[in-house]
Amino acid sequence: MAQVEAKQIKKQFGDVTALHGIDLTVKEGEFCVFLGPSGCGKTTFLRIICGLESASSGELYIGDKPVIGLPPRARGVAMVFQTYGLYPHLKVRDNIAFPLKTQGTPKDEIKPKVEWAAGLLGIGHLLDRKPRQLSGGERQRVALARALVREPAVFLLDEPLSNLDAKLRTSARNELKEFQRRIGTTTIYVTHDQVEAMGMGDRIVVMEHGRVRQVGTPTEIYDEPANTFVATFLGTPPMNLVESNGHLMGFRPENFLHKSIYENLTDLMDINFRVARVEYLGSERVVYGFLEGIPHEGEVMSKLPVHVGHLDLREGEQYPFAIKRQDLKYFDKSTGERTAKG
Amino acid sequence: METTTTTTTAAAPPAKPSRFQYMLDNPGFLAPLFMAPAVVYIVLLVAFPTVLSVYYSLSAYNIYNLSFKFVGLKNYIDIFQDDVFLQTLGNTFIFTIAANVIGLALGKATALLLLRDFRGKVFVRFLIILPWAVPIALATLAWRWMFDSLYSVINWSLQHAHLIGPNTWPNWLGEEHLAMISVIIVHAWRLFPFGAVIFLAGLTSIPKDVMDACVVDGAGFWRKNFQIVIPMITPIIAIAGLFGIVFTFTDMSVVYLLTKGGPTNSTHVLGSLAFQVGILSGDVSHGAAISLVMFPFLLVASILLLRFLRRREV
Amino acid sequence: MPPKLRLKKLLDNTTAYTILTILVIFAAFPFYWMLITTFKTDGDLYNLHVVPFWFHAMPTLDHLDLLFNQTRFLRWFWNSMVIGVLVVAITLVTALPAGYALARLVGTRGETLGIGIFLTYLVPPTLLFLPLSRVVADLHLQDSLWSLVVVYPSFTIPFCTWLMMGFYKSIPRDSVEAALVDGCTVFGSFFKVVLPMSMSGILTVVIFAFTLAMQEFIYALTFISSESQKPITLGVATDLVRGDIYYWGSLMGAALIASVPFALLYNFFLDSFITGITGETR
Repeated sequence: MAQVEAKQIKKQFGDVTALHGIDLTVKEGEFCVFLGPSGCGKTTFLRIICGLESASSGELYIGDKPVIGLPPRARGVAMVFQTYGLYPHLKVRDNIAFPLKTQGTPKDEIKPKVEWAAGLLGIGHLLDRKPRQLSGGERQRVALARALVREPAVFLLDEPLSNLDAKLRTSARNELKEFQRRIGTTTIYVTHDQVEAMGMGDRIVVMEHGRVRQVGTPTEIYDEPANTFVATFLGTPPMNLVESNGHLMGFRPENFLHKSIYENLTDLMDINFRVARVEYLGSERVVYGFLEGIPHEGEVMSKLPVHVGHLDLREGEQYPFAIKRQDLKYFDKSTGERTAKG
Repeated sequence: METTTTTTTAAAPPAKPSRFQYMLDNPGFLAPLFMAPAVVYIVLLVAFPTVLSVYYSLSAYNIYNLSFKFVGLKNYIDIFQDDVFLQTLGNTFIFTIAANVIGLALGKATALLLLRDFRGKVFVRFLIILPWAVPIALATLAWRWMFDSLYSVINWSLQHAHLIGPNTWPNWLGEEHLAMISVIIVHAWRLFPFGAVIFLAGLTSIPKDVMDACVVDGAGFWRKNFQIVIPMITPIIAIAGLFGIVFTFTDMSVVYLLTKGGPTNSTHVLGSLAFQVGILSGDVSHGAAISLVMFPFLLVASILLLRFLRRREV
Repeated sequence: MPPKLRLKKLLDNTTAYTILTILVIFAAFPFYWMLITTFKTDGDLYNLHVVPFWFHAMPTLDHLDLLFNQTRFLRWFWNSMVIGVLVVAITLVTALPAGYALARLVGTRGETLGIGIFLTYLVPPTLLFLPLSRVVADLHLQDSLWSLVVVYPSFTIPFCTWLMMGFYKSIPRDSVEAALVDGCTVFGSFFKVVLPMSMSGILTVVIFAFTLAMQEFIYALTFISSESQKPITLGVATDLVRGDIYYWGSLMGAALIASVPFALLYNFFLDSFITGITGETR
């Protein structure tokens, strides 16, 4: 176990800057998620930590040891790849034993370790199969076992769930989180899926265009977004942003409700809402429309939980809606950064 | 929990790698190391001999005169004033063009027929591919026997099918035009299976969706062929076609074993003439000049091939 | 189906299979003719008054007897095997690492360099035999099968390097990188992971280098004159003809034995070959 510390990590690919000087400390034992859209540099950053890619400049420490210039194998990290990167020509047993063999672990120690790792992931019965005989979920466990078996200082996971089907992904998510909690190894997890990030991360690092836009716990990121990018990247549907008094005012659709729903009417901001379209999604309704007195440039959304189903909202009609003042966030119009108040 | 205690005793990261190991990790060092044997081989046995050949062709070197006296373009001027060479040059083009046109046409026909499903298809494909798969030198011997002046099985068959008169007995390899036709037949025979396999690969590489979409869109036979099939398989066919052309253009085994360039030098190709002049007669410098006449054409072929290979990347 | 359509389809089928039959006969008849000739007695062979496509006298083993016992056919066969095996070995040692460097280590220039190497495959023996006969003489290898062992890789290496480049590109990058994380050097990952994952490619290269070496004729004709040093193509084509006399029975027997087994092998790996030459991955 170790902490990972990056100082001013920069990466250039020719003329393109993939990372603009990243500063970050991943704490010991933490489950840290790098979240961002594709092309934001999260995978590049992970590969630099791993040593598969070299940084153009900057410093990097794993467990207080400088690792820039060291090849991946000398960094004490283990990685699970998006397509798992299993060795197709080796049996599961030999796949898991591979890192031990290259480290020169004595033969008699290898077998018990392989069986321990396989047992931990519940794949003890698959040891004599070849990877191509396994299902996606089983392959993912083999990849995890292989990463785990040599007890690395840091786990690096690059979208390890993206090749699983939707149902399996949910259960694999829970297992992975549970598993990490149990072994307590520092883990860095890259994903573009906000549900995975929110559900698994102790902390989330939101990245965009090669920059870190916010670091925080899932709650912090969701409730107190530091800028409009984070505000709109997280949440389905994303945060509404409208212009108000020279600022951008943001509020989440689930906080923008019909006035009749509120019990306590103090500290509310009233707005009339003209409904344009209603989407019925089973557990909730998403209502699209426009705010009165605000130019028709942006549609806003309201997410109504199903238990307020008695509300009959018709398209084209105007209704009294409201937002709690504490749920309003303000952002600078030009920079998109969070500001105190409008 | 027991597992936790195991992991807290995690092994320390391996020690910093040695300088030697560092080199084994560095692609900047490994790439040249990995390429060196192949590159050295090609430089020594392809590039250097090519340059040497150019040098021969500009000198007066032969087995009687071992001086490498520089004579400029004299050897080239000599050969271009020689009727045998001019006919040889013409032959080389005639053989190459005729054999490739016939080979590709038959190849395309074969490929279309092999797209059908029928029993024994694997065996039929094997029989079809035989001419391309066997050593051309040995196959040419069989053709020489089939074209034999006295016992030609081809003549026997033509006679009994009443395609030629009962008293005609063509001397395939002994008569100038027939000898040329014979060479073309053998080349086309060798090439068409290659063409068939390439066309087949091209046709089966067209995604079924595309063909379906095009049928749904109401495209007829011609539109389907000329707007979909041909454009889509062109790169593959072009690459394979260029290979076929280069192989025929530069070959000498067929001519050497079938006619030895005869009768009276009428069927020589550049390769066989260069062999006769440069090796058999020992006039190395003229031989080199004759074979180097191939070079500009190979260069054109290489440039075209390069373009098609590049286009394929896109 | 309306009768008119059915007739059209039947006609279509009949025409198609007729044409196919003609093409198959065109392709395969020379081999059938080799077979028949090998086992016909001379009297039967040179009799124009009977249908030549079948036996009219008892088949004979005389021609094969002559081939195996009175010519150096077995020696030539053996020579070809030796040349083939050594050429394959040289090709593997050079082309396997070179292809990997071009596919994965060099970066974007690799493709260009690879095409450059591939294009040298187009430089034909008929252009190189003159200077190479000098090179061979300088190496004191003239009239020795070792000259062919040295020269043949000049055409197997470009082709096989190109072929391997394609195969390496298709192996998953993740597995190779996993090996680096799991403790291999780049060098080590090539041997421990990349090569074992490329077995089908390596097998294809072995087959093709071997058949290319077996089929070569021009260099052999140029460099070798002693009967004992000849590879099979050269020996059969030159030494089974005494002056003007062709021993057709033995010649055809030799051609058949030396060609069909390799054609079978070749046929088996044809698809890899096509993939290699056109670069199409399917």
